[in-house]
Amino acid sequence: MKTITVRYFAMFREHAGIGVETLTLTADTAADVFAATRERHGSTEPKGHCKVAINDVMASWDSKVEDGDTVLLFPPVAGG
Amino acid sequence: MAIRCCCFRRLRVADLLTMSSNPIKPDELRRRLFDPAAGAYCAFEGWVRNENEGQTVLRLEYEAYEPLAVSEAQKIFAEAKEQFPCLQAYCVHRSGLLEIGDCAVWVGVSSPHRDEAFRACRFIIDQVKVRLPIWKKEHYVDGNSGWVNCERCAQAS
Repeated sequence: MKTITVRYFAMFREHAGIGVETLTLTADTAADVFAATRERHGSTEPKGHCKVAINDVMASWDSKVEDGDTVLLFPPVAGG
Repeated sequence: MAIRCCCFRRLRVADLLTMSSNPIKPDELRRRLFDPAAGAYCAFEGWVRNENEGQTVLRLEYEAYEPLAVSEAQKIFAEAKEQFPCLQAYCVHRSGLLEIGDCAVWVGVSSPHRDEAFRACRFIIDQVKVRLPIWKKEHYVDGNSGWVNCERCAQAS
């Protein structure tokens, strides 16, 4: 089990009802964390539209997560 | 002339993205791109419009994750400079609540000649829209609101 801090933004924050939370879960990759949060908060957004960062660095869904990491989940972006 | 050169240095804040909760003032921003070697300046302003996909929009709300928006923008500027030999580039993006007609994003580029100024400016705004962690929420006249999914922007890029 790993302790992972998850930060939610925009639509994800509204779905979760919270901006940040710390989860204890079994996860090897960023995708595992995303799947766990989807189940937890009932989000239906496809992963392919979203982006992820680990400890303030852009990452990919197969990036490894370590105990104590902060995973940032970004719904589809729309600047400008 | 010596005084003007001094101003160039003092005002120059280039190759940077700034998130701002205050109104964007293009006339002040363009001065930061002045460069003695620049023969061209090109800018893009994105404005808040009153309609999207058949719905009447009252106002917009922008949310950003600034640390990563700034670092990702630096990569975009570096890519732009690699492809188009421009001298200075700068981008300001609004955060918070915006009204119809407000300037939401400003991109400015200066370069020796016009072609690279146009191209670099276009490249930067296109990448800003699809890569930076910035989200847009539309507030509609019927009282509803919704986050805009920029999937079409991604396809267009």
